[in-house]
Amino acid sequence: MPQINAIEVDNLRFAWRRELPEVLHIPQLEVARGERIFIRGASGSGKSTLLALMAGVNLPTSGEVKILGETINRLGSAKRDHFRSDHIGFVFQLFNLIPYLSVLENVTLPCRFSRLRKRKATESGNSLHDEAMRLLAHLDMAHTDLVHRPVTELSVGQQQRVATARALIGAPEIIIADEPTSALDSDMRQAFLRLLFQECEETGSTLLFVSHDRQLEPLFKHHIALDEINQAPERSV
Amino acid sequence: MAILSLAFKSLLNRRFTATLILVSIALSVSLLLGVERLRVESRNSFANTISGTDLVVGARSGAINLLLYSVFRIGDATNNISWKSYRKFADHSLVKWTIPISLGDSHLGYRVMGTNQDYFLHYKYARKRSLAFDQGQPFEQVYQAVLGHEVAEMLNYRIGQKIVIAHGAGKTSFAMHDDKPFEVVGILEPTGTPVDRTVHVPLEGIEAIHSDWIAGRQVPGLKLSAEDTLKKNLTPKQITAFMVGLKSKLATFRVQREINDYRKEPLLAILPGVALQQLWDLMSVAENALLVVTILVVAVGLIGMLTVMLAGLNERRREMAILRSVGARPGHVLLLVTGESLLLSLVGMALGLLLLYLGLFIAQPFIEANYGLHIPIDFPSLREWMILGLVGTSGMIIGLIPGFRAYRYSLSDGMSIRL
Repeated sequence: MPQINAIEVDNLRFAWRRELPEVLHIPQLEVARGERIFIRGASGSGKSTLLALMAGVNLPTSGEVKILGETINRLGSAKRDHFRSDHIGFVFQLFNLIPYLSVLENVTLPCRFSRLRKRKATESGNSLHDEAMRLLAHLDMAHTDLVHRPVTELSVGQQQRVATARALIGAPEIIIADEPTSALDSDMRQAFLRLLFQECEETGSTLLFVSHDRQLEPLFKHHIALDEINQAPERSV
Repeated sequence: MAILSLAFKSLLNRRFTATLILVSIALSVSLLLGVERLRVESRNSFANTISGTDLVVGARSGAINLLLYSVFRIGDATNNISWKSYRKFADHSLVKWTIPISLGDSHLGYRVMGTNQDYFLHYKYARKRSLAFDQGQPFEQVYQAVLGHEVAEMLNYRIGQKIVIAHGAGKTSFAMHDDKPFEVVGILEPTGTPVDRTVHVPLEGIEAIHSDWIAGRQVPGLKLSAEDTLKKNLTPKQITAFMVGLKSKLATFRVQREINDYRKEPLLAILPGVALQQLWDLMSVAENALLVVTILVVAVGLIGMLTVMLAGLNERRREMAILRSVGARPGHVLLLVTGESLLLSLVGMALGLLLLYLGLFIAQPFIEANYGLHIPIDFPSLREWMILGLVGTSGMIIGLIPGFRAYRYSLSDGMSIRL
C-alpha cells in the first residue's frame, strides 16, 4: 500500500473574493507523513491563508487540498470541522489558551470536541488527566504549582508549552504551528523547538512550522519558501 | 454538555459582571412574581368579601353603587326602601333568609350598620365562612353593639364599654347621638373584609337614636330619653338594603326579576358575584398598568444582560478562534454564548424566586396586619410557572442575539486571531 501523503496541494488558487486579485496560487505541494517542514514567508505573504486552507477553514477558489488522502475542500463545513478536530493540532503565536480554563482543562480541550482524539489519548489505558500530565511532563510543565496556576499567570513560554501539549494530545497526524516562537527569546526558542520535535517524533505527527525567522531554518530538514512556490501575480500586503 | 460546562466556567471567570446581571434579573423576576401574587391575592380577597348571598336588594340605582354601599360601606345610598317592601320579599316562598341593613351613621369614622341577629347567622364571607366571635356574643337588646375586629383593635375597645354613635357617615361629625350610648357586647374575629371596620347595632337601635330626629336634625324641644324611647314601637319604617338567601339557586333570576319588576317601589336586586366582577374590571386598568410596568422591568433586566453579552463579544473573538482551532464548530460557539445567557436567566430566575419567598416571609405579617390581606406562602401557581417559563424563553431568545453574532464572527474569523 503506497504511503498516503500528509498534505497534497494541487493547482490551488485562492482569492478573498472573486473580483479581488489572487492571493495564492500553488501549482504543486506535497508533504510526506512524519516530515517536519519549515514554511518561510514574510508577513503578508499568505502564510496564514495557506494554513487556513489546509485546515479547511477557508476554501480554495479552485484546485484541491488533500489532507491524509481526504480532499477536504470537497467536504461539507460540518465534516471539515470534524476532520480538523480529529486530525490537526494547532499552536498559534500568542494567547493560545482559554483564560477561564485550568492548565489541564486547556490541554484536554480538543478531546471535548473530538472523540477520535479522546480515544487515542486514552488508548494506552491512561486517563485523560494522566495523558495530559504525561505530555506536560515531557514539556517540562508538570510541576504542581504550574499546573494549578491560572493560565493567565503563566509566562509566555509556559503558555506556549501548554498550547503545544494541547496540540499534541490524542496524537493528531498533523501539527500546524503558526509562528509559535516569535514571542519567545532565542534561548527559549531553541528549547521549545527541541521539545516540539521530540514530541512530534514520538507521536509520528507531521509538523508544519510557519515562521518568518530564518534563524530557525537550519533546524529543519525540509524547507518551503512560500514566496517561491506561490505563483500568484499580485499579493496584498 | 461539554459546551454548557464551558459556558459556566466562562461566566465564573467574569463573576463580577455575571453577578450584576444575576442581581438585576433576580430583582426584576421577584418584582414580577410579587406583583402577580399580590394581584391574584387581592382579587381573591376581593371576591371573598361576600359569599353565600344570592341577591342584594336596595333602592334603584346602579349595581356597583349598591354593592359599594351595602357590602363595602363605601359611598351612600341614593334612597332607602320601605319596611313593607322588605317584609314582602322576606316572606316570599322562595326566600330562605334575609338580612336587613340600615346605614347612615358612624362612630369615629367607622360605619355603623343596623341589622338583626340573622346577620350573625347567615352572613358569609370567603369560602362560606360564617362570622365568629372573638369575645362576647350577638346583641340582644336595643342599645347594644357588636364591633368588627379592626374597630375594637384600633380604638382599643373592650366588652362592656359604652360608645356614642355620630349622625352621618363622615369622619368628624358634630351631631352626636350622645343621649343614647351603646354598650359593646361582642367583638368579631378578623375576616379581612369590610366587616372588620363596621360597628353593628340592632335595627331598633338605629330607629331609637333617630326617634326624636326629623330630616337629619334633632327636633328642638323634643327630647326622648333612652328609656322612654324603648317604650315606643321601634320597628323601622325604612331600611337601606337587604341581603337575600334563597332556598334554591335555580330561583335566583326569577326572584331577581320579581324584585326588579316590583310595582309598588323602585327596587334593584343584584347578584353580588356579578357586581363584584364588574367592580374588579373597573379597577383592572390600574392592575394591568402595574403588570405592564413590571413586565417592562423584566425586559430591562434582560436587555441589560444582552448589552453586557454583546459588549463582551468583541473581546472574546480570540477565545472563539482558539475554540475553533481545537475543534469547536460554529454551532458550538453559538451554543456557548447562548448557553451563557440561558444560564444567567435560569440562575437569575431561581434567585428571583428565592427573593420572592424571602420577601413574602418578611412582609406577610405586615401586609396582613395593615391591609387585612393574607398572602399565603405557597408553591408557585401554574400561572407563575408559566411566567417563569416565559422569562426563561425570553432570556434564551435574547441570548440567541449575541449567540448568532458570535456564530457569524467565528464563521468569518475562522481561526485567524485578530486583535
